[in-house]
Amino acid sequence: MLNKILFITLLSVSYLLVSNTVYASPVETFEFNDEVTKVRFQALSKELRCPKCQNQNLADSNSPIAEDLRRELYELLQQGKADSEIIDFMVARYGEFVLYRPRVSSVTYILWFGPILLIFIGVIVVIVILRKKPVSKAALALNSEQQAKLKQLLADNADESSHPASPSAAPLTSASKEKE
Amino acid sequence: MNKIIRFLPLILVIALGVVLYRGLSLNPQDMPSALVGKAMPEFSLSSLNNANKVVTKVDLAGDIVLLNVWATWCPTCKYEHPYLLDIATDPKLKAQVKLYGLNYKDERMAAMQWLTNYKDPYQFSIFDEAGTLGLDLGVFGAPETFVIDHHGIIRKRFAGAIDTRVWRKEFEPLIKQLISEKQQGI
Repeated sequence: MLNKILFITLLSVSYLLVSNTVYASPVETFEFNDEVTKVRFQALSKELRCPKCQNQNLADSNSPIAEDLRRELYELLQQGKADSEIIDFMVARYGEFVLYRPRVSSVTYILWFGPILLIFIGVIVVIVILRKKPVSKAALALNSEQQAKLKQLLADNADESSHPASPSAAPLTSASKEKE
Repeated sequence: MNKIIRFLPLILVIALGVVLYRGLSLNPQDMPSALVGKAMPEFSLSSLNNANKVVTKVDLAGDIVLLNVWATWCPTCKYEHPYLLDIATDPKLKAQVKLYGLNYKDERMAAMQWLTNYKDPYQFSIFDEAGTLGLDLGVFGAPETFVIDHHGIIRKRFAGAIDTRVWRKEFEPLIKQLISEKQQGI
């Protein structure tokens, strides 16, 4: 069992690694001095959106602007810029739009907190529905007046039904004949 | 109250429909530029017509500027070109607004040939072979046109071709506003 888990983990990790190197640069090759910078390059080029082809990130896109931005990204990394500086650099030029994970600001509040709000509303609705008391037995119970009426009815019924069984059935038969 | 709740799903569906329908007619390329309200970035590039002449931000300063990003590899730029000529020769605009070109990721010879063939509407064109100024301006294609005020602040970015309709709708009101701002000394 443990072996199996290990195997699957290794498989998925190696898959991730392979797909990384494939995606990193569709056109050009960049040489990195160290592995960390390379990984950062890959991560950033996946985080940043291509401004021209809006559903692709920089790593995916073949468009000239994505090429330029990859080169710029590489240059900035070679200059030793921090990730946050690079992201600021891109945002200053292309706007928040280049970030696949937009930063929290007044414009993006609805994006970030909308889903939480919806879940919250959902939870409230569920709670309200659950807490709505099932119709209580007390409400269903008869009040004394109804109770009396019911007793009366039952008593009448008992009288009627008891008669045919009783030997002195004459009054009933006459009554039922009257009905007919 | 109950009645409202009963209609709530219908209302929500209609609202969603309105939002999605509106989405159909929105242009996803029409994005606000991150540079609107910021100063024109610094640059030092050669002029298109003269490789030895260095042009900088200072050369654009003081006027209301239209900076048009163009290239010979861009078919829409060709469509746009006659309208740019109109703007450049318009007697009313000529005195107030200066049109400059930013030749973006192009070949110098081809670009010069283009201006000879189709006439040159620009005061001069900045030759941005590597697209560095383009990058600083957040350009991601051509044509794009920036409106820069007399203080050197970018006031508008427009991605796409200018024609008469676009000019009237997108540019004319802003240009009028800028002219009056300049006259009032704001």
